[in-house]
Amino acid sequence: MRPFLFSKSSAANQALAKKNSTTQYIAGGTNLVDLMKKHIAEPESLVDITSALPAKIEPTAKGIQIGAMVRNTPLANDPTILAKYPLVAKAVLAGASPQIRNMASTGGNLLQRTRCPYFYDVTTPCNKRKPGSGCSAIQGENRMSAIVGYSDQCIAVHPSDLCVALAALDASIKIQDKSGKMQSISFTDFHRLPGTTPERDNNLPANALIHSIEINENAFAKNYAYVKVRDRDSYAFALVSVAAAFNLNGDQIVEARLASGGVAHKPWRWLEAEQYLKGKTANAATFEAAANIAIKDLRPQTHNGFKIPMLKGAIETALQQCLNP
Amino acid sequence: MLGALAFIPRGVKAFYEEVKNFIVPQKEQLPLTVSINKKSYAIKADTRTTLLDLLREDLNLTGAKKGCDHGQCGACTVHIDGERVLSCLTLAAMVPGKEVTTIEGLANGDKLHPMQEAFIECDGFQCGYCTPGQIMSAVACVKEGHTKSVAEIKEFMSGNLCRCGAYNGIVESIQKVAAK
Repeated sequence: MRPFLFSKSSAANQALAKKNSTTQYIAGGTNLVDLMKKHIAEPESLVDITSALPAKIEPTAKGIQIGAMVRNTPLANDPTILAKYPLVAKAVLAGASPQIRNMASTGGNLLQRTRCPYFYDVTTPCNKRKPGSGCSAIQGENRMSAIVGYSDQCIAVHPSDLCVALAALDASIKIQDKSGKMQSISFTDFHRLPGTTPERDNNLPANALIHSIEINENAFAKNYAYVKVRDRDSYAFALVSVAAAFNLNGDQIVEARLASGGVAHKPWRWLEAEQYLKGKTANAATFEAAANIAIKDLRPQTHNGFKIPMLKGAIETALQQCLNP
Repeated sequence: MLGALAFIPRGVKAFYEEVKNFIVPQKEQLPLTVSINKKSYAIKADTRTTLLDLLREDLNLTGAKKGCDHGQCGACTVHIDGERVLSCLTLAAMVPGKEVTTIEGLANGDKLHPMQEAFIECDGFQCGYCTPGQIMSAVACVKEGHTKSVAEIKEFMSGNLCRCGAYNGIVESIQKVAAK
């Protein structure tokens, strides 16, 4: 690790006042400490924000607010989350290990970096790590890489499970800036596609902190599923994952949500498939048709063509599981 | 001639070491008071020190193991305020004010913790390198109540790898303690 100065802030505005281009904030540290060990993150000063941000899950007028410092385990065990937003708990428990879930924060989950092997290997070119150096994955080992929304500069995928559920539930992110002003960004606008600036993962302004996540009341607490396909049964990043939810009137789907991880640089919503599901009968034929719509325009890399049938199966399985969560 | 060539790289390296003092940020030593196994230690540590290195290198508590040092193997698992965490990804600077329990703090004097006894009885280890992490994780797994089935135990022990493959004995140990 490169040497750094360490300080602790007990309030968000205090932490924001310390921010400059060589400062980084640390919460759970599960991703950042690792990146620092590998000299991928090299902050010259580190600010501990574990006491600076809310660590509570609280009801709001429209739904629920999850403080940025709520750790993964209490989030997945929270009675209100389990009763009203169970998709969130399901996605959290699909990710990482119990030890990491005890450490990792909600805000940090949103800001974690890709696990693309070339991003982690500092001896190879990577546009995300070193802008302009090139993308090693495009010509290299890319079985974990993106199949949609990528650019000729970066084919990395976003690693979070929680974010897939939050994207599906149309959550929003409350951001606090230096002046103390709060601003709300819709979840699907938060993470970016790589385009020509793959070094930027999201639209969080440089002088701001994630304060909390908000989810509005919804009708998706009864029929929901999170399906994650990975190289081993547990404790691995997704090859593909699917968050699915719908509400039913009899056997008719009123509204559906469908999102995926492991496919793109950001949590990916299958909007056309969601639109198709509206008003249809919830059965295997409908689910297959929706999956076919989702996979129709995907462009895999040299080593991950398998992700397309895998995704199709995962979508059908997830929608089927929604009937019996 | 060859001697002169050998001198150049050394000179370059020495020059680099000199320059690095200017371009590398200042190192900071923090005075830390940490509580490990209910004992308080006052110690000075570089900001970069992880809890794992503090335990092993500074406090001579070598029970927690450095397997991967990247949060992938679980060999460094300890408890902070009763919850299992990875000490290799925890900065020592963030530990003051919290209670750390390591494998050394599990037994009551010479009386082993029931999980330690179960690991011996059920052959829960072979080489023993992952064992301190496995046991710390197993104790937490039982406390959390994630022992309703073999599948649940495996899911909630997935953060601890064992390259000897003692998994069956580990699962058995956990079942044994959970049944008590």
